[in-house]
Amino acid sequence: MADKIVLEIARYAPEKDEKPSFQSFEVPFRKEWVVLDALNHIKDKMDGSLTYRWSCRMGVCGSCGMMVNGEPKLTCATFLSSYGNGAKVRVEPLRYFPVIRDLVTALSDFLVKLQSVKPWLIRHDDVPLSAGEYLQTPEQLDLYKQFSMCINCTLCYAACPVVGLEPTFVGPAALALAQRYNMDNRDQGAEERLGLLAHPEGIWGCTFVGECTRVCPKHVDPAGAIQQYKLKAALEWVKGFILPRGHEDAGKEVRP
Amino acid sequence: MTQLPSTEFHPRWYREPVSTYWWIGSWRYSLFILRELTSVAVAWTVVMLLFLLRALLSGPDAYTRWLHRMQSPVLIVLNAIVMCFLLLHTITWFNLAPRAMPVRVNGKRVPEVLVAAPNYGLWVVASVVIAWFVLRTS
Amino acid sequence: MSKPSNEGFFWLLFSAGGVVAAVFLPVILFLFGLAFPLGWVSPPSFEHLLALARNPLARVFLFVLCSLPLFHWAHRFRFTVYDGLQVKHLNEVVLVFCYGGAVLGTLVSGYLLLRM
Repeated sequence: MADKIVLEIARYAPEKDEKPSFQSFEVPFRKEWVVLDALNHIKDKMDGSLTYRWSCRMGVCGSCGMMVNGEPKLTCATFLSSYGNGAKVRVEPLRYFPVIRDLVTALSDFLVKLQSVKPWLIRHDDVPLSAGEYLQTPEQLDLYKQFSMCINCTLCYAACPVVGLEPTFVGPAALALAQRYNMDNRDQGAEERLGLLAHPEGIWGCTFVGECTRVCPKHVDPAGAIQQYKLKAALEWVKGFILPRGHEDAGKEVRP
Repeated sequence: MTQLPSTEFHPRWYREPVSTYWWIGSWRYSLFILRELTSVAVAWTVVMLLFLLRALLSGPDAYTRWLHRMQSPVLIVLNAIVMCFLLLHTITWFNLAPRAMPVRVNGKRVPEVLVAAPNYGLWVVASVVIAWFVLRTS
Repeated sequence: MSKPSNEGFFWLLFSAGGVVAAVFLPVILFLFGLAFPLGWVSPPSFEHLLALARNPLARVFLFVLCSLPLFHWAHRFRFTVYDGLQVKHLNEVVLVFCYGGAVLGTLVSGYLLLRM
């Protein structure tokens, strides 16, 4: 018996389909092949209309994320051999995202959310370029380094039930990225971000399911980042409650 | 969510609705819902404690009646289930707490196991102390 | 920019209650809910328990033991109901039931412990 594996792929063409349906393709089972190789084989040899995103094939670009047997996965890092010879493998677009065609999800909403957390260094002073670089010790880098490894593959959104239930929830990757800048000693925007994110659709929407962290291919731990953010926000609330005036003044001082 | 524009090439986007029973679909989600439902066991235990306090306030007879009522098979079965949920709460709470409160020593993050271990130690000590206070004969 | 919401306060209560519940509740339920009713250990006498509950420190401890875990329940159960049953439209009802229940339980425990 030849070595084969069957891919059941979700197909959706917006110009004619009401909703997605599955199409099966039998592809060679090769132990060095990942799911993305099998998809490329189908597009090259069997059905050129199959639509999906991919780029780097090495787990860096974050564009080939799909649901493989119901699990959010980077298809470039998911080997056929982990499903076994002759297996049936279901490939679907990432869950909770609107589907544009076949395996391609709409990212516009995610990008709006990502931008909404102001993921850049915010400074209140205007230091000229000639003053040189901001210095940072290895310990200061280590505080946020884990949270800076995100490749925006959106697997965490597909794993998070809150994202599905609450489409306005800012979501794991964006909140973790906010925390990445909060914990950067060069940044002065923590207070500004807290104002944006300490609300029910920001950090308080998270119920610590923890699935985002489990599926993250870059070990970012968004769930941990969000809980740490909650603790910080709660302590800020206490500070603001005990010292309402002093707190306000302290906030004004750093503003230019 | 932000309204997505439709274009000539994307007349509509398909969005799969989330089932009301999404938490049955995968055992990981089910475990999450069970973890969240431990809060009911927590509330149950507090209510039991409130009834005990009321019995203590009402006198020896009320206390005896309360002890007797706790022996009903239905309550014992329920309490056995509640006990499992309380243990699930304790274990998940201790295991997840280090993620929310990372401990750093000399700039290096302490492994989560080492942060969780003292919690379990504290739990055992606290349990023994409470049991001693309740059970000691004066 | 929206004002930071008071969710932080309720989350702190939730967290504190979670710790108290995790550390102290299992032994209490084990003793009073299983060990005494099943006769594994003989229950303490009325006089002993009453003397214990009348100790001022024990009263404070019991008050914390009742109120914080109730606020833990209120917060967690609220989100479980939202997510598990998708009933965001019943927001007010759920809020009143959960936090109202926690406040009520706290008042009852305070009353009982003051009169003890």
